Amino acid sequence: MTEILKTEGLSRYFGAVTAAEDINITITEGEIVGVIGSNGAGKTTFINMVTGYLPPSSGTIAFGGAPIKGLGPRKLMRKGLTRSFQIPQLFLELPVIDNLAIALASAEHNQFQMLRPVRTPRRLAAADNILEQMNISQYRDEMVTAMPQGARKLLDIAIAMLGNPKMLLLDEPTSGVSMEEKYTLMDTVMEAVKRRGLTVLFVEHDMEIVQRYVTRVLAFASGVVIKDGPVDEVLADKQVQELVTGKRKKQPETEGDA
Amino acid sequence: MLTVWAILIDGFIYASWLFLVAAGLTVIYGVMRILNMAHGSLYALGAYAAASALGWYYAGGGEQLWMAFAIIAVSAVLIGAVTGLAIERGLLRLMYGRDEILMLIITFAVLLILEDVMKLVWGTTPYFAYQPYAAMGRINIDVLTVSQYDLMVVGVSIVIGVGLWFWLERTRIGKILRSIIHDREVSEAMGVNVRRMFTITFMIGATLGAIAGGVTAPIISVVPGIGIEVIVLAFAVVVTGGLGSILGAAIGAIIVGLARATSIHTMPELELFIIYAVMAAVLVFRPHGLFGQAIARKI
Amino acid sequence: MKLERTELSLIGVAVAVAILAQFSPNWLVFTLTLAISTALVVMGVVMLMRAGLVSFGQGLFYCLGGYAVGLGGRFLGITDALMLVGLGVGVTVAISMVLGLLVTRYREIFFAMLSLAFSMILYGVLVKSHDLGSTDGFGVVDWSILGYQPGTGESGTRAALLLALVIALAIALFLNRYFKSSLGLACEAIRENEVRVEYMGISRQQVLYINYVIAAAIGSVGGSMTALTAGHVDPTMAYWTISGEFVFIAILGGTGHVAAPFIAALIFTLVRTYAVELAPNAWQMILGIVLLLIILFLPKGIWSLFTRKRRTAS
Repeated sequence: MTEILKTEGLSRYFGAVTAAEDINITITEGEIVGVIGSNGAGKTTFINMVTGYLPPSSGTIAFGGAPIKGLGPRKLMRKGLTRSFQIPQLFLELPVIDNLAIALASAEHNQFQMLRPVRTPRRLAAADNILEQMNISQYRDEMVTAMPQGARKLLDIAIAMLGNPKMLLLDEPTSGVSMEEKYTLMDTVMEAVKRRGLTVLFVEHDMEIVQRYVTRVLAFASGVVIKDGPVDEVLADKQVQELVTGKRKKQPETEGDA
Repeated sequence: MLTVWAILIDGFIYASWLFLVAAGLTVIYGVMRILNMAHGSLYALGAYAAASALGWYYAGGGEQLWMAFAIIAVSAVLIGAVTGLAIERGLLRLMYGRDEILMLIITFAVLLILEDVMKLVWGTTPYFAYQPYAAMGRINIDVLTVSQYDLMVVGVSIVIGVGLWFWLERTRIGKILRSIIHDREVSEAMGVNVRRMFTITFMIGATLGAIAGGVTAPIISVVPGIGIEVIVLAFAVVVTGGLGSILGAAIGAIIVGLARATSIHTMPELELFIIYAVMAAVLVFRPHGLFGQAIARKI
Repeated sequence: MKLERTELSLIGVAVAVAILAQFSPNWLVFTLTLAISTALVVMGVVMLMRAGLVSFGQGLFYCLGGYAVGLGGRFLGITDALMLVGLGVGVTVAISMVLGLLVTRYREIFFAMLSLAFSMILYGVLVKSHDLGSTDGFGVVDWSILGYQPGTGESGTRAALLLALVIALAIALFLNRYFKSSLGLACEAIRENEVRVEYMGISRQQVLYINYVIAAAIGSVGGSMTALTAGHVDPTMAYWTISGEFVFIAILGGTGHVAAPFIAALIFTLVRTYAVELAPNAWQMILGIVLLLIILFLPKGIWSLFTRKRRTAS
């Protein structure tokens, strides 16, 4: 197995606050890894650092064996590393089909064309294809503002996939989605992921979903990875139960954890 | 050496005037996040009000200097506060929460309307109110002659600057305003009446603009279009200093003032050019001005 | 190359206007030409608006285009209209390529103010240039086109209109495609969500830069055509209130269609012609009130009236 993502001593401080500290992980190609941790445990900070949105305070990141620290989201996307967002990042006042068409044009390196329409037959076919895979074809010609939250989450992930990534980081794909919809959403996403053979790392609060879809889990607490291993082992760990999954009431989901 | 003195004196006099003009603009932006283009009109309204009030006073045989200052102050404060209240209550209130850039365009519309309102009220012939300026005379500093009225403008500017600082840093309302600047939503949740604070802020900012105009009236001929000229200068000052910061406006005014004075005494053909060139140069190195701060986006 | 419906309509309207102009009074032809020239500058404002940027300094490029025509005729001895327009475009592209490096880093009011500052710099320089007539400006030489000299008077006005129509048609056809292209959509995407654009692998800076330079070049063409039509240039072309008028027309028309700025510019120019005569001290007030009404009740501009009607009809 070849390693695809490797971080060493990755840390981020906001003033005196430690958002992430000394994160050392290695992920091999094709793995589906879950990331758990309570709010503020450093999960989103970790994703932001790996995808170039937030510069780390210290440490190194390598993707496909090459160092990537200091590269922005744009360069990392071109290298095959991209992400989805807890709050879907979409072009709200544009039709869904155009959200996808521009992503496809960029994937072909054709984002600077001025005379050819962005909606070429080939791109439309590709867009229709992914809309179908994600079960959101009915919104094709609507504005994004007309979509419910679950559909927006799927569109957000679909756009990320159109960039032909090797690895996809999903930031809480099921947050803001109702209990009944969660499993359909994850089934849809996972099927698309497997079809493409992507390596996936996803943040999730729902332990049942974690157990169902991943083989390996990273448990975060207070900015540190407290446990890394097979899903059953991590979830059975005393410390993890105490700090993450614990026998405490399930926390209401709040917006983001910086 | 003489030129250096002249540049320093002229520069600080001009800087004081610039600060007067820019103070209200930056207060309003700091609290309300509205870059008020109509600020230029409030300046012009203040100038017209003071000029016509002084005109009546002197036509009636008055000649007391302190009365003239009282007239300038009262007329400017009255017209500034009333117009400010009308704009805030009548229009801006309907628009809160929109993009900063749309608010800019809305205040541009207000500026256009007020420009013609002033033409309809005061006509297009110039108003002069030079009497206080002439009455105060000149003094010699070394070999340079300086108008005492200009020195008084420096004094007014310092008083207003210190007053604003005291108001924002040392009073209860100032504390509330700073909480709004820091986080509007949280202060609203804590029970702050943000709307009332906005009204107060806008009235004070508008009044400052009118006072700047009133103080300037004896120095210039009050004609249509003075507000339109002034507003871009005020913009240059607050953008150089960093939008929304009082200290920034003061420093920006000093930089712009000195730059302009330097240009006038050495290369007069660059006078207008230099002000905006300074602003552009500052922005190249400090993208949000000297004391401005960038706001990060949450994802 | 297959022509789509909008393209055919644009060509049709241009031809119709060219024919009708032969039977129209001179003042109308003149007004129409000025309106088309203004609309070109407004197209540039619209291009920026589609990318989420509002420029209070598009007068910079309008003025550059105008002065290129004036100076090219006066100092370089160029009389050919196309060469004069080309000179303006060349100068403007060179300048906007430098300014673009700076201004594309800014958004919202900072972009507005910075663009305003640059146009005021040009204004300041021109006002102090006594050789160029200072605030009065100077007259433009009698121009020719491809060897034909229309002279002044009626034939000159008509020739100017035809030239403006041809140039405007070419630009409108280009922009109609541009707005639907990858780059055109990338601009709108930047307006909507810059974070996503970066994660898509698209450089915001590069997209905005190209868009800015093209908008500047088109603005310059508008300025050149105004100079050729009016026969005169002066520094107020760069004054910020002129740029404010371009913003006004852009908002009046809306950003939804290439034809919108032309219609809005025509309404603006016609109303101004009458208003300046009938109510010279209320013209700006009318502008201000209309601007507020549009923002309140017609946020997508008057073009949305057409699309709304079509939707209810079908």
